[in-house]
Amino acid sequence: MRRQIPLIICFICGIAMIIQFFIPHRASQIVFRRALDWTLVIGVFAFVLGIGSLIHVHWVKISRRGENWQYSLLVFLGLIGMTLVGLINGQEGRAFLWLYNNIQVPLDATMFSLLAFFMASAAFRAFRARTLEATLLLIAAIIVMFGNAPVGKWLWNQMGVIPLINKLVEAIPALPENAKDWILDNPNMSSRRAIILGIGLGGISQALRIILGIERSHLGGGD
Amino acid sequence: MLERLMNIDRRYLFLLIAFSVVIPMLLKVVFPIFVTPQPKKVYDYIEKLPKGSVVMMSFDYGPGSLAELQPMAIAVLRHCFSRGLKVIGMALWNVGAPLGEEVFNQVATEYGRVYGEDYVFLGFRPGSTNVILRMGEGISGVFNTDSRNTPIQQIPMMENVKTYDDIALVIDFGAGDPGPEAWVIYAYEKYGQKIAAGVTGVIISQLYPFLQTEQLIGLIGGLRGAAEYETQVNKPAKATQWMSIQSIVHLVIIIMVILGNVAYFVSRRRTAA
Repeated sequence: MRRQIPLIICFICGIAMIIQFFIPHRASQIVFRRALDWTLVIGVFAFVLGIGSLIHVHWVKISRRGENWQYSLLVFLGLIGMTLVGLINGQEGRAFLWLYNNIQVPLDATMFSLLAFFMASAAFRAFRARTLEATLLLIAAIIVMFGNAPVGKWLWNQMGVIPLINKLVEAIPALPENAKDWILDNPNMSSRRAIILGIGLGGISQALRIILGIERSHLGGGD
Repeated sequence: MLERLMNIDRRYLFLLIAFSVVIPMLLKVVFPIFVTPQPKKVYDYIEKLPKGSVVMMSFDYGPGSLAELQPMAIAVLRHCFSRGLKVIGMALWNVGAPLGEEVFNQVATEYGRVYGEDYVFLGFRPGSTNVILRMGEGISGVFNTDSRNTPIQQIPMMENVKTYDDIALVIDFGAGDPGPEAWVIYAYEKYGQKIAAGVTGVIISQLYPFLQTEQLIGLIGGLRGAAEYETQVNKPAKATQWMSIQSIVHLVIIIMVILGNVAYFVSRRRTAA
């Protein structure tokens, strides 16, 4: 029974919302609005679950003196500190905004800035023309990078001084950008569209499995 | 020597990238920015909006994407205020709300715009796609107050803005999910809301299918798009300066990749011989 009731609720709500989508009547729209309000409220509970899980994981680590347990203390310091400051000072308060602008923003921005260095190093090592596919990837990457950077067009225009190339530069002044656009508008777009279609069909399939009770992992526990 | 080049300690590569950033910055290198079609479409659409039209800007990014998207948002907001448009700000990411508010505070002061009459910042609400859907049924259903806890009914600008029908354009500055795809799927498809997107360079390519079908009216992509928009509004600022620096870094990476491949092929030929 413990598993039957949630499955029945899931089935009824799922089928009801599918039917509701096709009914333009005012009563149907009222049901839709109510359902959205409920999902907004339920969404907030996800925060509570997430925070509870975070606290549990790090509390266990601290109590067992796990590896790098000191960092878990920092997690608690940040979590409790920001929460208290926000509750006391308000989210528009000077203290809260100071903490956000002077700690979180620089730390977050720094983490992403490090990616530039690692990506450059990875590009140097990984973009080797070992196979046909790797060669195509390499050529596409160089064309897109060259076409995207303003220095690419500037360099191409400067190459007009070379006798053999100047006619090509005059004929196609925006060749780097045109090549980049062709790659993005053709092979890239078609493959992305295929991925979106696949994700969409997979999502429909998964939703039907959940509504019909075939997929039960969201209930938790053993089957 | 070729072996050493191919297996060079990556810290030397990090140093090379660092110099590629610092030296152009100190020398104030600036390359001309050429405007491409996609940011131009966003610019032209806003340019054609009648004075007093309402535009909504959604700040769906965090501090990690601040370098690319903040200059973009500032340039677009400058354009909107210079055209006499009214702007609503909001965020689907909790970390995006303070960043968005910073953009409004800066640009509104420049143009002497009045809060509540020319612009309003609604803040963040959890729920991502549900927020997008619920706003279609009534903005006050999800944003009953603004970020300053003023009831929305007391804000003069929001008097005639109830749903997407009253909004001319939504511009989503996105760095992931929820982002432009969610706005297209839920706001454009269900409510016919016109959507434009400003995104980080990493996710530009995944939005091209929406451009081709005109589900997005235009796309401002990465730091390059931000620099192009600054050029279009005739206010070159941080994005223009930073794009020149990024260009040099791109060139350095391309040269590194080519050198790495030359070393690889020469080394392979020697091994085969």
